[in-house]
Amino acid sequence: MSTRYSRQELFTPIGAEGQKKIRQAKIFILGAGALGSSAGEMLVRAGVGQVTIVDRDIIEWTNLHRQQLYTEQDVVDQLPKAVAAKQRLAAINSDVEVKGQVVDVTPDNVLNMIEGYDVILDATDNMETRLIVNDAALKLNIPFFMGACVGSYGLTFPIGIEKNQPCLHCLLEMMPLQTMTCDTVGVISPIVVTTAARQVADVLKYITGNPLTPALVSADVWSGDRASIDVRSLKKELCPSCSASAVYPFLTAKHSMQTAVLCGRDTVQLSWPKSRPFELAAVAVSLRGTVSKMVYNPHLLACEYGNHRLVLFRDGRMLVHGTKDIVVAKKIAAELLG
Amino acid sequence: MTKTIQLNGKTYDVPTEVQSVQQLLIHLQLAERILVVERNKKIIAKEAYDKPIQDRDQIEIIHFVGGG
Repeated sequence: MSTRYSRQELFTPIGAEGQKKIRQAKIFILGAGALGSSAGEMLVRAGVGQVTIVDRDIIEWTNLHRQQLYTEQDVVDQLPKAVAAKQRLAAINSDVEVKGQVVDVTPDNVLNMIEGYDVILDATDNMETRLIVNDAALKLNIPFFMGACVGSYGLTFPIGIEKNQPCLHCLLEMMPLQTMTCDTVGVISPIVVTTAARQVADVLKYITGNPLTPALVSADVWSGDRASIDVRSLKKELCPSCSASAVYPFLTAKHSMQTAVLCGRDTVQLSWPKSRPFELAAVAVSLRGTVSKMVYNPHLLACEYGNHRLVLFRDGRMLVHGTKDIVVAKKIAAELLG
Repeated sequence: MTKTIQLNGKTYDVPTEVQSVQQLLIHLQLAERILVVERNKKIIAKEAYDKPIQDRDQIEIIHFVGGG
């Protein structure tokens, strides 16, 4: 076992000293889907001290082409991703203390969950959760390594590694209510691995004390396009999430999604903040082909998705019929709206 | 004259009907996205997207996506 990490230690920027630092690192992985699988495996093989991986979802057949920790048997067994991920990661490297938590990350629980970790690796599937964790990570002064991918395109951005760098909230300005998602335009595994690899390289640089710049980096493994932009000039002096007078808006209910189970109707209502109305025409275009029986008018868009009837209202609400489970409803919102 | 630029690391011949950054974003079907656009190593503000593209400009465009 003493030679287990020898090839990693031979890599000069890490060395034996770097390996000791890797060994002490406590990593929180937000999401056990494609990026979480790939990054989790790399970090566990690298010999970090602790990995906690959290996810609200179960494993499905549509996950297997890209979510590398899972097997057909996991689908048959209907295992939660966090449970199967923990088992697989622990089997890969028994040196690492691996925890899996089946949980939906919300403004209410996020601070307790991430406290005490050295690094948060983003592997979530939606911007809502990213902005909640962006706020929480800034509040607790934990670096947050953002990553996202869809189709053959992915991007990464390390947050909280330099004092005067922008955060995710600075870059987004406004919350994108709707982004492309893996369930609307698909995704291929090479971009998952590419994106996760860049995130993990940044994490390893950070924990071993190597230089790291807060660049926004993108790659498209199909077209060959790539870009790297120094975004330091986009830091907002009055950013509510990362300025000296930060109020961390996404940790308060007013700025985050509200959920309610509609009594006796087998329906969950998701409400986004009032500042974020749906552009129904644009939503209709992006959902075409993914949902069925779609009708829309200036006030609402109704459609069917799986066993659920969905109604999106222009004022930023969505009704998910056919469930009383808030997690199911939020999962559908993430799949369709990002 | 056709303009040739460097777009996201690759040589790109700008279609003649594309004159401004905004028109380029529309042409690339990125206009509705949340974007960061850099031109010749400087990030440009949305208000400046109507400025003309010059031959040999280096343009980098990164748009945000949700998946993971």
